[in-house]
Amino acid sequence: MSYFGDIYKGIKTLLTGMSVTGKYFLTSRKGAITQQYPDNRKTLKMFERFRGEVVMPHDENNEHRCTGCQKCELACPNGSIEIIWDRQIDPESGKKKKMIDQHIYHLGMCTMCGLCIEACPTDAIVWAQNFENSVYDRSYLTKVLNQPNSKLKAGVEE
Amino acid sequence: MNISLNITKTITELLSGFMSEGAANIGAMVTIALIYLAIFAVAGLYLVLLERKIAAWFQLRLGPNRVGPWGLLQTMADALKLVSKELTGTVKADKFLFNLAPYFVIVSSLMALSVFPFTQEFQAFDINIGIFFLIAISSIGVIGILLGGWASNNKFALIGAMRSGVQTISYELSVGLSLLTMVLLTGTLQLSEIVEVQKNGWLIIQGHIPAVIAFMIYMIAGTAETNRAPFDMVEAESELGAGFHTEYSGMKFAYFFLAEFINMFIIAAIATTVFFGGWLSPFGITESIPWLGVFWFIGKTFMLVFLMMWFRWTFPRLRIDQLLTLEWKYLLPLNLLNIILMAVIVWLNLTIQF
Ligand code: SF4
Ligand code: SF4
Repeated sequence: MSYFGDIYKGIKTLLTGMSVTGKYFLTSRKGAITQQYPDNRKTLKMFERFRGEVVMPHDENNEHRCTGCQKCELACPNGSIEIIWDRQIDPESGKKKKMIDQHIYHLGMCTMCGLCIEACPTDAIVWAQNFENSVYDRSYLTKVLNQPNSKLKAGVEE
Repeated sequence: MNISLNITKTITELLSGFMSEGAANIGAMVTIALIYLAIFAVAGLYLVLLERKIAAWFQLRLGPNRVGPWGLLQTMADALKLVSKELTGTVKADKFLFNLAPYFVIVSSLMALSVFPFTQEFQAFDINIGIFFLIAISSIGVIGILLGGWASNNKFALIGAMRSGVQTISYELSVGLSLLTMVLLTGTLQLSEIVEVQKNGWLIIQGHIPAVIAFMIYMIAGTAETNRAPFDMVEAESELGAGFHTEYSGMKFAYFFLAEFINMFIIAAIATTVFFGGWLSPFGITESIPWLGVFWFIGKTFMLVFLMMWFRWTFPRLRIDQLLTLEWKYLLPLNLLNIILMAVIVWLNLTIQF
Protein backbone atom coordinates (compact mmCIF):
# COMPACT_ATOMS: atom_id res chain seq x y z
CA MET A 1 0.00 0.00 0.00
CA SER A 2 3.01 2.28 0.02
CA TYR A 3 2.02 3.37 -3.51
CA PHE A 4 -1.06 5.18 -2.28
CA GLY A 5 0.78 6.17 0.88
CA ASP A 6 3.34 7.90 -1.30
CA ILE A 7 0.65 9.75 -3.19
CA TYR A 8 -0.97 10.85 0.05
CA LYS A 9 2.35 11.98 1.46
CA GLY A 10 3.23 13.78 -1.76
CA ILE A 11 -0.01 15.72 -1.85
CA LYS A 12 0.26 16.54 1.84
CA THR A 13 3.78 17.93 1.56
CA LEU A 14 2.87 19.91 -1.53
CA LEU A 15 -0.07 21.47 0.29
CA THR A 16 2.14 22.28 3.27
CA GLY A 17 4.51 24.09 0.96
CA MET A 18 1.67 25.97 -0.69
CA SER A 19 0.25 27.05 2.64
CA VAL A 20 3.62 28.49 3.65
CA THR A 21 4.00 30.52 0.46
CA GLY A 22 0.31 31.41 0.59
CA LYS A 23 0.79 32.94 4.02
CA TYR A 24 3.71 34.97 2.73
CA PHE A 25 1.59 36.10 -0.18
CA LEU A 26 -1.19 37.33 2.07
CA THR A 27 1.13 39.21 4.40
CA SER A 28 3.35 40.61 1.66
CA ARG A 29 1.59 43.99 1.75
CA LYS A 30 2.79 44.64 5.26
CA GLY A 31 6.24 43.21 5.20
CA ALA A 32 7.89 43.85 1.84
CA ILE A 33 11.61 43.71 2.46
CA THR A 34 12.51 45.73 -0.62
CA GLN A 35 14.48 48.90 0.11
CA GLN A 36 13.69 51.47 -2.55
CA TYR A 37 17.15 52.99 -2.62
CA PRO A 38 17.93 55.83 -3.44
CA ASP A 39 14.39 57.12 -2.83
CA ASN A 40 14.73 56.29 0.82
CA ARG A 41 18.28 57.50 1.17
CA LYS A 42 17.34 59.88 3.97
CA THR A 43 15.64 57.26 6.11
CA LEU A 44 17.59 54.16 5.14
CA LYS A 45 19.19 52.52 8.12
CA MET A 46 21.68 49.75 7.46
CA PHE A 47 21.78 46.70 9.63
CA GLU A 48 24.14 46.65 12.56
CA ARG A 49 26.06 43.66 11.26
CA PHE A 50 26.61 45.14 7.82
CA ARG A 51 30.30 45.50 6.99
CA GLY A 52 30.83 48.78 5.17
CA GLU A 53 34.34 49.83 6.07
CA VAL A 54 36.70 49.74 9.03
CA VAL A 55 36.70 52.91 11.13
CA MET A 56 38.30 54.00 14.37
CA PRO A 57 35.87 55.76 16.66
CA HIS A 58 37.08 58.84 18.52
CA ASP A 59 35.45 60.33 21.59
CA GLU A 60 34.72 64.03 22.18
CA ASN A 61 38.28 64.74 23.44
CA ASN A 62 39.65 63.41 20.14
CA GLU A 63 40.91 60.28 21.85
CA HIS A 64 40.97 56.80 20.34
CA ARG A 65 41.77 53.41 21.77
CA CYS A 66 44.54 52.25 19.43
CA THR A 67 47.80 51.45 21.15
CA GLY A 68 49.72 50.81 17.97
CA CYS A 69 50.26 47.13 18.80
CA GLN A 70 50.06 46.20 15.08
CA LYS A 71 47.99 43.10 15.70
CA CYS A 72 45.51 44.21 13.07
CA GLU A 73 48.29 44.72 10.56
CA LEU A 74 49.49 41.18 11.15
CA ALA A 75 46.01 39.74 11.06
CA CYS A 76 45.05 41.25 7.75
CA PRO A 77 45.40 38.57 5.07
CA ASN A 78 46.00 41.00 2.22
CA GLY A 79 47.96 43.83 3.81
CA SER A 80 45.23 46.43 3.79
CA ILE A 81 46.41 47.94 7.06
CA GLU A 82 49.67 49.76 7.64
CA ILE A 83 50.62 51.14 11.04
CA ILE A 84 53.20 53.91 11.15
CA TRP A 85 54.52 54.32 14.68
CA ASP A 86 57.51 55.51 16.62
CA ARG A 87 58.76 55.69 20.20
CA GLN A 88 57.97 58.95 21.86
CA ILE A 89 58.18 60.33 25.37
CA ASP A 90 54.90 59.90 27.07
CA PRO A 91 54.08 63.32 28.57
CA GLU A 92 52.40 61.84 31.65
CA SER A 93 54.83 59.17 32.78
CA GLY A 94 57.91 60.63 31.12
CA LYS A 95 58.92 57.23 29.76
CA LYS A 96 59.60 56.25 26.16
CA LYS A 97 56.79 54.28 24.65
CA LYS A 98 55.41 52.90 21.36
CA MET A 99 52.88 55.32 19.93
CA ILE A 100 50.82 55.31 16.78
CA ASP A 101 51.48 57.97 14.20
CA GLN A 102 49.15 56.92 11.39
CA HIS A 103 46.80 53.98 11.11
CA ILE A 104 46.54 53.63 7.32
CA TYR A 105 43.68 51.59 5.93
CA HIS A 106 43.35 50.72 2.21
CA LEU A 107 39.63 50.39 1.65
CA GLY A 108 40.24 49.44 -1.96
CA MET A 109 42.11 46.29 -0.91
CA CYS A 110 39.95 45.29 2.03
CA THR A 111 37.84 42.17 1.61
CA MET A 112 35.70 42.93 4.64
CA CYS A 113 36.79 39.73 6.34
CA GLY A 114 36.79 41.34 9.77
CA LEU A 115 39.93 39.63 11.04
CA CYS A 116 41.52 42.93 12.01
CA ILE A 117 38.58 43.86 14.18
CA GLU A 118 38.64 40.50 15.88
CA ALA A 119 42.39 40.71 16.43
CA CYS A 120 42.36 44.14 18.04
CA PRO A 121 42.88 43.65 21.78
CA THR A 122 41.49 47.07 22.74
CA ASP A 123 38.50 47.26 20.36
CA ALA A 124 39.95 50.34 18.73
CA ILE A 125 38.48 49.63 15.30
CA VAL A 126 34.90 48.72 14.42
CA TRP A 127 32.68 48.27 11.39
CA ALA A 128 30.89 51.27 9.91
CA GLN A 129 27.67 50.72 7.98
CA ASN A 130 28.10 53.19 5.13
CA PHE A 131 28.24 51.68 1.67
CA GLU A 132 28.42 54.59 -0.73
CA ASN A 133 32.14 54.19 -1.16
CA SER A 134 32.59 55.00 -4.82
CA VAL A 135 35.10 57.73 -5.64
CA TYR A 136 36.69 58.99 -8.82
CA ASP A 137 40.26 58.29 -7.85
CA ARG A 138 41.78 55.22 -6.28
CA SER A 139 43.90 57.28 -3.94
CA TYR A 140 40.79 58.45 -2.04
CA LEU A 141 40.35 54.89 -0.86
CA THR A 142 43.48 55.03 1.24
CA LYS A 143 42.37 56.41 4.56
CA VAL A 144 44.09 57.41 7.76
CA LEU A 145 41.89 56.13 10.51
CA ASN A 146 43.21 58.09 13.45
CA GLN A 147 42.32 61.76 13.30
CA PRO A 148 45.07 64.38 13.28
CA ASN A 149 46.32 65.33 16.73
CA SER A 150 44.32 62.57 18.33
CA LYS A 151 45.84 60.64 21.20
CA LEU A 152 45.39 57.43 23.06
CA LYS A 153 42.67 57.43 25.62
CA ALA A 154 44.06 57.09 29.11
CA GLY A 155 43.61 53.75 30.77
CA VAL A 156 43.21 51.67 27.65
CA GLU A 157 46.58 50.01 28.03
CA GLU A 158 46.05 48.67 31.53
CA MET B 1 -27.72 46.39 -22.96
CA ASN B 2 -28.56 44.80 -26.22
CA ILE B 3 -25.20 44.23 -27.84
CA SER B 4 -25.03 41.20 -30.05
CA LEU B 5 -22.28 38.96 -28.72
CA ASN B 6 -22.25 36.65 -31.68
CA ILE B 7 -19.35 38.50 -33.24
CA THR B 8 -18.82 36.19 -36.18
CA LYS B 9 -22.39 36.56 -37.36
CA THR B 10 -22.51 40.29 -36.72
CA ILE B 11 -19.38 41.04 -38.68
CA THR B 12 -20.36 38.73 -41.54
CA GLU B 13 -23.71 40.48 -41.84
CA LEU B 14 -22.04 43.85 -41.69
CA LEU B 15 -19.60 42.97 -44.43
CA SER B 16 -22.07 41.20 -46.68
CA GLY B 17 -23.86 44.54 -47.02
CA PHE B 18 -21.29 45.58 -49.60
CA MET B 19 -19.52 42.35 -50.55
CA SER B 20 -20.30 39.02 -52.07
CA GLU B 21 -20.97 36.26 -49.56
CA GLY B 22 -17.65 34.48 -49.95
CA ALA B 23 -15.66 37.68 -49.58
CA ALA B 24 -17.73 38.65 -46.54
CA ASN B 25 -16.96 35.32 -44.88
CA ILE B 26 -13.24 35.68 -45.44
CA GLY B 27 -13.37 39.33 -44.39
CA ALA B 28 -15.11 38.42 -41.16
CA MET B 29 -12.52 35.73 -40.41
CA VAL B 30 -9.65 38.14 -40.98
CA THR B 31 -11.28 40.85 -38.88
CA ILE B 32 -11.88 38.49 -35.99
CA ALA B 33 -8.38 37.11 -36.22
CA LEU B 34 -6.98 40.63 -36.01
CA ILE B 35 -9.22 41.54 -33.07
CA TYR B 36 -8.19 38.39 -31.17
CA LEU B 37 -4.54 38.96 -32.01
CA ALA B 38 -4.64 42.51 -30.67
CA ILE B 39 -6.56 41.59 -27.53
CA PHE B 40 -4.42 38.62 -26.62
CA ALA B 41 -1.09 40.21 -27.40
CA VAL B 42 -1.95 42.89 -24.87
CA ALA B 43 -3.51 40.38 -22.47
CA GLY B 44 -0.36 38.26 -22.70
CA LEU B 45 1.78 41.24 -21.81
CA TYR B 46 -0.36 41.92 -18.78
CA LEU B 47 -0.16 38.27 -17.76
CA VAL B 48 3.61 38.67 -17.70
CA LEU B 49 3.20 41.70 -15.47
CA LEU B 50 0.79 39.81 -13.24
CA GLU B 51 3.24 36.95 -12.93
CA ARG B 52 6.03 39.30 -11.96
CA LYS B 53 3.89 41.08 -9.41
CA ILE B 54 2.63 37.85 -7.90
CA ALA B 55 6.11 36.39 -7.80
CA ALA B 56 7.25 39.52 -5.99
CA TRP B 57 4.49 39.22 -3.42
CA PHE B 58 5.27 35.58 -2.79
CA GLN B 59 8.87 36.55 -2.12
CA LEU B 60 8.01 39.61 -0.01
CA ARG B 61 9.25 41.98 -2.68
CA LEU B 62 7.46 44.84 -4.41
CA GLY B 63 7.77 43.86 -8.07
CA PRO B 64 7.96 46.28 -10.99
CA ASN B 65 6.72 49.69 -9.85
CA ARG B 66 8.68 52.27 -11.82
CA VAL B 67 7.20 52.43 -15.32
CA GLY B 68 3.74 53.96 -15.17
CA PRO B 69 1.48 53.84 -12.10
CA TRP B 70 2.22 50.67 -10.10
CA GLY B 71 4.48 49.57 -12.93
CA LEU B 72 1.51 49.00 -15.24
CA LEU B 73 3.46 49.96 -18.35
CA GLN B 74 6.51 47.85 -17.52
CA THR B 75 5.80 44.97 -19.88
CA MET B 76 4.74 47.38 -22.64
CA ALA B 77 8.13 49.02 -22.34
CA ASP B 78 9.80 45.60 -22.37
CA ALA B 79 7.95 44.64 -25.53
CA LEU B 80 8.93 47.91 -27.21
CA LYS B 81 12.52 47.29 -26.25
CA LEU B 82 12.40 43.77 -27.67
CA VAL B 83 10.91 45.01 -30.95
CA SER B 84 13.76 47.46 -31.38
CA LYS B 85 16.44 44.86 -30.75
CA GLU B 86 18.61 43.16 -33.32
CA LEU B 87 17.63 39.67 -34.36
CA THR B 88 20.73 37.57 -33.93
CA GLY B 89 21.38 33.96 -34.85
CA THR B 90 24.20 31.44 -34.84
CA VAL B 91 26.46 31.04 -37.85
CA LYS B 92 25.62 27.47 -38.73
CA ALA B 93 21.97 27.70 -37.78
CA ASP B 94 19.41 26.27 -40.16
CA LYS B 95 18.08 29.71 -41.08
CA PHE B 96 14.71 28.66 -42.44
CA LEU B 97 13.71 26.45 -39.52
CA PHE B 98 15.27 28.85 -37.05
CA ASN B 99 13.01 31.64 -38.28
CA LEU B 100 9.98 29.41 -38.61
CA ALA B 101 10.02 28.02 -35.05
CA PRO B 102 8.69 31.02 -33.10
CA TYR B 103 5.72 31.34 -35.45
CA PHE B 104 4.78 27.70 -34.92
CA VAL B 105 4.66 28.29 -31.21
CA ILE B 106 2.75 31.55 -31.19
CA VAL B 107 0.32 30.62 -33.98
CA SER B 108 -0.62 27.34 -32.35
CA SER B 109 -1.35 29.01 -29.06
CA LEU B 110 -3.37 31.78 -30.68
CA MET B 111 -5.33 29.24 -32.73
CA ALA B 112 -6.44 27.47 -29.59
CA LEU B 113 -7.99 30.69 -28.32
CA SER B 114 -10.49 30.80 -31.16
CA VAL B 115 -12.70 28.02 -29.82
CA PHE B 116 -13.35 29.27 -26.29
CA PRO B 117 -16.85 30.46 -25.51
CA PHE B 118 -16.15 33.62 -23.54
CA THR B 119 -19.81 34.02 -22.95
CA GLN B 120 -23.01 32.85 -24.57
CA GLU B 121 -22.45 33.11 -28.34
CA PHE B 122 -19.23 35.12 -27.91
CA GLN B 123 -17.10 32.52 -29.57
CA ALA B 124 -15.16 32.93 -32.76
CA PHE B 125 -15.39 29.38 -33.96
CA ASP B 126 -17.81 26.86 -32.48
CA ILE B 127 -16.79 23.45 -33.81
CA ASN B 128 -18.30 20.22 -32.63
CA ILE B 129 -14.91 18.65 -31.83
CA GLY B 130 -13.82 21.53 -29.61
CA ILE B 131 -11.93 19.59 -26.92
CA PHE B 132 -10.30 17.37 -29.51
CA PHE B 133 -9.23 20.42 -31.47
CA LEU B 134 -7.72 21.98 -28.35
CA ILE B 135 -5.71 18.90 -27.45
CA ALA B 136 -4.47 18.59 -31.01
CA ILE B 137 -3.51 22.26 -31.33
CA SER B 138 -1.83 22.47 -27.98
CA SER B 139 0.63 19.76 -28.96
CA ILE B 140 1.64 21.48 -32.19
CA GLY B 141 3.48 24.10 -30.16
CA VAL B 142 6.07 21.53 -29.16
CA ILE B 143 7.08 21.15 -32.79
CA GLY B 144 8.06 24.80 -32.75
CA ILE B 145 10.14 24.23 -29.64
CA LEU B 146 11.84 21.17 -31.15
CA LEU B 147 12.53 23.04 -34.39
CA GLY B 148 13.92 26.02 -32.51
CA GLY B 149 16.20 23.86 -30.41
CA TRP B 150 17.36 21.79 -33.36
CA ALA B 151 17.92 24.63 -35.79
CA SER B 152 19.84 26.96 -33.51
CA ASN B 153 22.94 24.71 -33.55
CA ASN B 154 23.50 24.97 -29.83
CA LYS B 155 23.90 22.11 -27.38
CA PHE B 156 21.88 23.69 -24.63
CA ALA B 157 19.07 24.52 -27.01
CA LEU B 158 19.07 20.99 -28.37
CA ILE B 159 18.99 19.37 -24.93
CA GLY B 160 16.23 21.74 -23.87
CA ALA B 161 14.19 20.96 -26.95
CA MET B 162 14.60 17.20 -26.50
CA ARG B 163 13.50 17.45 -22.90
CA SER B 164 10.53 19.47 -24.04
CA GLY B 165 9.64 16.74 -26.50
CA VAL B 166 9.82 14.03 -23.84
CA GLN B 167 7.83 16.09 -21.41
CA THR B 168 5.08 17.24 -23.72
CA ILE B 169 4.54 13.82 -25.25
CA SER B 170 4.22 12.24 -21.81
CA TYR B 171 1.98 14.82 -20.24
CA GLU B 172 -0.15 15.25 -23.33
CA LEU B 173 -1.50 11.84 -22.42
CA SER B 174 -2.63 12.92 -18.99
CA VAL B 175 -4.20 16.12 -20.23
CA GLY B 176 -6.12 14.19 -22.86
CA LEU B 177 -7.24 11.42 -20.53
CA SER B 178 -8.36 13.74 -17.76
CA LEU B 179 -10.39 15.76 -20.26
CA LEU B 180 -11.82 12.50 -21.62
CA THR B 181 -12.97 11.66 -18.12
CA MET B 182 -15.06 14.79 -18.18
CA VAL B 183 -16.28 14.13 -21.70
CA LEU B 184 -17.78 10.89 -20.34
CA LEU B 185 -19.92 13.10 -18.17
CA THR B 186 -20.91 15.67 -20.78
CA GLY B 187 -21.34 13.33 -23.71
CA THR B 188 -20.15 16.00 -26.14
CA LEU B 189 -16.89 17.51 -27.34
CA GLN B 190 -18.37 20.84 -28.34
CA LEU B 191 -17.33 23.53 -25.88
CA SER B 192 -20.56 25.53 -26.05
CA GLU B 193 -22.56 22.39 -25.28
CA ILE B 194 -20.23 21.41 -22.47
CA VAL B 195 -21.09 24.73 -20.87
CA GLU B 196 -24.82 24.13 -21.53
CA VAL B 197 -24.61 20.79 -19.67
CA GLN B 198 -23.24 22.59 -16.64
CA LYS B 199 -26.40 24.64 -16.13
CA ASN B 200 -27.36 21.82 -13.72
CA GLY B 201 -24.22 22.34 -11.67
CA TRP B 202 -20.59 22.73 -12.60
CA LEU B 203 -18.99 19.52 -13.72
CA ILE B 204 -16.59 19.42 -10.80
CA ILE B 205 -19.67 19.18 -8.56
CA GLN B 206 -21.69 16.95 -10.89
CA GLY B 207 -18.85 14.47 -11.15
CA HIS B 208 -17.71 14.84 -7.51
CA ILE B 209 -14.84 12.43 -6.60
CA PRO B 210 -13.58 11.43 -10.07
CA ALA B 211 -14.04 14.99 -11.30
CA VAL B 212 -11.90 16.36 -8.49
CA ILE B 213 -9.23 13.75 -9.20
CA ALA B 214 -9.41 14.56 -12.90
CA PHE B 215 -9.06 18.25 -12.11
CA MET B 216 -5.98 17.67 -9.99
CA ILE B 217 -4.38 15.52 -12.67
CA TYR B 218 -5.31 18.07 -15.30
CA MET B 219 -3.74 20.94 -13.40
CA ILE B 220 -0.50 19.01 -12.82
CA ALA B 221 -0.28 17.86 -16.42
CA GLY B 222 -1.36 21.26 -17.70
CA THR B 223 1.40 22.98 -15.78
CA ALA B 224 3.85 20.50 -17.26
CA GLU B 225 2.40 21.10 -20.71
CA THR B 226 3.18 24.81 -20.53
CA ASN B 227 6.77 24.03 -19.49
CA ARG B 228 6.46 26.11 -16.38
CA ALA B 229 8.17 25.53 -13.04
CA PRO B 230 8.18 23.04 -11.32
CA PHE B 231 8.32 21.31 -14.72
CA ASP B 232 10.58 23.78 -16.50
CA MET B 233 13.15 21.18 -17.51
CA VAL B 234 13.08 22.81 -20.92
CA GLU B 235 14.54 26.06 -19.74
CA ALA B 236 16.24 24.97 -16.52
CA GLU B 237 18.19 28.19 -16.15
CA SER B 238 20.75 26.67 -13.83
CA GLU B 239 21.59 23.88 -16.27
CA LEU B 240 20.84 25.01 -19.80
CA GLY B 241 21.20 28.77 -20.03
CA ALA B 242 17.79 29.60 -21.39
CA GLY B 243 17.07 26.17 -22.92
CA PHE B 244 15.58 26.00 -26.39
CA HIS B 245 15.46 29.76 -26.90
CA THR B 246 19.06 30.44 -25.88
CA GLU B 247 19.92 31.70 -29.35
CA TYR B 248 16.83 33.78 -29.94
CA SER B 249 16.72 37.51 -29.42
CA GLY B 250 14.42 40.44 -29.96
CA MET B 251 10.93 39.81 -31.23
CA LYS B 252 11.47 36.10 -31.88
CA PHE B 253 12.31 35.60 -28.24
CA ALA B 254 9.26 37.65 -27.33
CA TYR B 255 7.06 35.27 -29.35
CA PHE B 256 8.28 32.30 -27.30
CA PHE B 257 7.81 34.23 -24.12
CA LEU B 258 4.35 35.46 -25.01
CA ALA B 259 3.33 31.98 -26.16
CA GLU B 260 4.24 30.56 -22.77
CA PHE B 261 1.90 32.98 -21.07
CA ILE B 262 -0.90 32.58 -23.57
CA ASN B 263 -0.56 28.82 -23.15
CA MET B 264 -0.95 29.23 -19.43
CA PHE B 265 -4.11 31.22 -20.07
CA ILE B 266 -5.34 28.49 -22.42
CA ILE B 267 -4.74 25.70 -19.92
CA ALA B 268 -6.63 27.70 -17.29
CA ALA B 269 -9.39 28.53 -19.77
CA ILE B 270 -9.88 24.85 -20.68
CA ALA B 271 -10.11 23.99 -16.99
CA THR B 272 -12.63 26.80 -16.51
CA THR B 273 -14.77 25.60 -19.38
CA VAL B 274 -14.62 21.92 -18.54
CA PHE B 275 -14.61 21.91 -14.74
CA PHE B 276 -15.96 25.24 -13.53
CA GLY B 277 -18.86 26.01 -15.80
CA GLY B 278 -17.21 28.41 -18.26
CA TRP B 279 -19.12 31.67 -18.40
CA LEU B 280 -21.92 30.45 -16.11
CA SER B 281 -22.25 32.51 -12.97
CA PRO B 282 -22.38 30.68 -9.62
CA PHE B 283 -26.03 29.73 -8.88
CA GLY B 284 -27.06 31.66 -11.99
CA ILE B 285 -27.06 35.01 -10.19
CA THR B 286 -26.41 37.07 -13.32
CA GLU B 287 -28.22 34.89 -15.81
CA SER B 288 -30.33 37.79 -17.10
CA ILE B 289 -27.31 39.80 -18.22
CA PRO B 290 -25.49 37.62 -20.76
CA TRP B 291 -22.46 39.86 -21.33
CA LEU B 292 -21.46 39.46 -17.67
CA GLY B 293 -20.47 35.94 -18.67
CA VAL B 294 -17.19 37.35 -19.98
CA PHE B 295 -16.49 38.64 -16.51
CA TRP B 296 -17.17 35.26 -14.90
CA PHE B 297 -15.12 33.43 -17.48
CA ILE B 298 -12.12 35.72 -17.09
CA GLY B 299 -12.50 35.72 -13.31
CA LYS B 300 -12.46 31.94 -13.01
CA THR B 301 -9.61 31.69 -15.50
CA PHE B 302 -7.51 34.10 -13.51
CA MET B 303 -8.15 32.16 -10.32
CA LEU B 304 -6.66 29.12 -12.04
CA VAL B 305 -3.81 31.13 -13.54
CA PHE B 306 -3.07 32.32 -10.03
CA LEU B 307 -3.03 28.70 -8.86
CA MET B 308 -0.42 27.88 -11.51
CA MET B 309 1.67 30.85 -10.46
CA TRP B 310 1.36 29.68 -6.88
CA PHE B 311 2.75 26.28 -7.96
CA ARG B 312 5.59 27.97 -9.73
CA TRP B 313 6.73 30.05 -6.80
CA THR B 314 6.39 27.24 -4.28
CA PHE B 315 7.73 24.01 -5.71
CA PRO B 316 11.31 23.14 -6.60
CA ARG B 317 12.10 21.84 -10.05
CA LEU B 318 11.85 18.10 -10.75
CA ARG B 319 14.65 16.05 -12.20
CA ILE B 320 13.94 14.55 -15.61
CA ASP B 321 13.58 11.00 -14.23
CA GLN B 322 11.29 12.19 -11.45
CA LEU B 323 9.28 13.98 -14.09
CA LEU B 324 8.77 10.79 -16.07
CA THR B 325 8.14 8.72 -12.94
CA LEU B 326 5.40 11.10 -11.93
CA GLU B 327 3.71 10.81 -15.28
CA TRP B 328 4.08 7.15 -16.16
CA LYS B 329 3.91 5.58 -12.71
CA TYR B 330 1.44 7.83 -10.96
CA LEU B 331 -0.64 10.14 -13.14
CA LEU B 332 -1.30 7.73 -15.98
CA PRO B 333 -2.48 4.66 -14.00
CA LEU B 334 -4.53 6.86 -11.70
CA ASN B 335 -6.03 8.53 -14.70
CA LEU B 336 -7.06 5.21 -16.25
CA LEU B 337 -8.61 4.07 -12.97
CA ASN B 338 -10.35 7.40 -12.73
CA ILE B 339 -11.91 6.99 -16.16
CA ILE B 340 -13.35 3.64 -15.10
CA LEU B 341 -14.65 5.18 -11.89
CA MET B 342 -16.26 7.99 -13.84
CA ALA B 343 -17.79 5.55 -16.32
CA VAL B 344 -19.31 3.56 -13.44
CA ILE B 345 -20.67 6.71 -11.87
CA VAL B 346 -22.23 7.90 -15.10
CA TRP B 347 -23.60 4.43 -15.79
CA LEU B 348 -25.22 4.12 -12.36
CA ASN B 349 -26.42 7.72 -12.52
CA LEU B 350 -24.61 8.72 -9.35
CA THR B 351 -23.90 12.26 -10.54
CA ILE B 352 -25.06 15.22 -8.50
CA GLN B 353 -27.58 17.32 -10.41
CA PHE B 354 -29.29 20.46 -9.23
S1 SF4 C 1 38.58 43.48 7.21
FE1 SF4 C 1 40.07 41.90 6.65
S2 SF4 C 1 40.89 42.62 4.68
FE2 SF4 C 1 39.87 44.39 5.62
S3 SF4 C 1 41.48 45.44 6.71
FE3 SF4 C 1 40.52 44.06 8.19
S4 SF4 C 1 41.72 42.18 8.09
FE4 SF4 C 1 42.28 43.41 6.30
S1 SF4 D 1 43.78 49.09 15.81
FE1 SF4 D 1 43.87 47.64 17.49
S2 SF4 D 1 45.08 45.94 16.72
FE2 SF4 D 1 45.42 47.69 15.34
S3 SF4 D 1 47.27 48.67 16.13
FE3 SF4 D 1 45.52 49.73 17.06
S4 SF4 D 1 45.18 48.63 18.97
FE4 SF4 D 1 46.52 47.34 17.77
